[in-house]
Amino acid sequence: MPRIVVDVMPKPEILDPQGKAIAGALPRLGFTGFAEVRQGKRFELSVEGDVTEEVLEAARDAAATLLSNPVIEDVTRVEVIEDAQ
Amino acid sequence: MTVETPLIGHSNAAVVDSSLSGVRVGVVTFPGSLDDRDALRAVRLAGGTGVALWHGDHDLKDVDAVIIPGGFSYGDYLRAGAISRFAPLMEQITAAATGGSLPVLGICNGFQVLTEAHLLPGSMVKNNHLHFLCKDQRLKVENSSTAWTSSYAEGSEIVVPLKNQDGQFVADERTLDELEGEGRVVFRYLGGNPNGSRRDIAGITNEHGNVVGLMPHPEHAVEAGFGPDSSALGEVEVRGGVDGLGIFTSVLQKLVNK
Repeated sequence: MPRIVVDVMPKPEILDPQGKAIAGALPRLGFTGFAEVRQGKRFELSVEGDVTEEVLEAARDAAATLLSNPVIEDVTRVEVIEDAQ
Repeated sequence: MTVETPLIGHSNAAVVDSSLSGVRVGVVTFPGSLDDRDALRAVRLAGGTGVALWHGDHDLKDVDAVIIPGGFSYGDYLRAGAISRFAPLMEQITAAATGGSLPVLGICNGFQVLTEAHLLPGSMVKNNHLHFLCKDQRLKVENSSTAWTSSYAEGSEIVVPLKNQDGQFVADERTLDELEGEGRVVFRYLGGNPNGSRRDIAGITNEHGNVVGLMPHPEHAVEAGFGPDSSALGEVEVRGGVDGLGIFTSVLQKLVNK
């Protein structure tokens, strides 16, 4: 079943408290060398049948209205991925 | 009329204005709402009639005002308020509130629902310290001309509980300047910023003053014996703070005098 992947990230100007906490934990585990962490969300929308341009447009619409809040987040990716098997 | 009997402390039945009992204030329950009962009780203690509303209905039951209560509707999944905002009843509420006629108050999760529904600008993100915070919070009432704050004097202070995890109010600089310039910052945190909210903002209103959202909980400071241990008005007995009651009397009086 093909899936549409939607990535949502906090806007650059919005402080990301969760990302900041992760960035603080990394060096404690020996992972130095990472200057900053930002945490986003990935949604996978499975589609029965073919992903037509219409279905993709509906996914973009859903990403803009429900999956993200434009005040604090950007939709950074809406893309079809085919299953390996 | 039936007067709500306080469980502890002195009955305030004598000071309740009986002319307010005809005012119907609806409180919306979503799956995961927690403070709906408290909000209904606050309405009754202020002298009004509380009406329970269900998010899945299309029926506002002829209420004169609506409160969207605190809690974790839909478990805060996706974003706080993001799923509730599309509940059937929200269509009616949005339609009636947009033009300025229906007074709507969003408390905590209710404030988050109102921003997601675009009835109020900005949004809430996780507290800057990442912890759930529960404390009695001092606020300044900066706008006493809204439907929900008219019984306070402008610039007066109140102490009400604050309890949340996603309480950091954010908006872009232009929106913040607009809110400040138009006097639409209704409540501001005093005594230190508890969550990183931009410009210490605790509550705001829309352009008409009928829609108000705030993160702290006035409905938990309406009854002696169950309120905060302190009040901005002076010394009170243990759990004797009732500074939040004015929010509810404000809307009742406004609707009676309409």
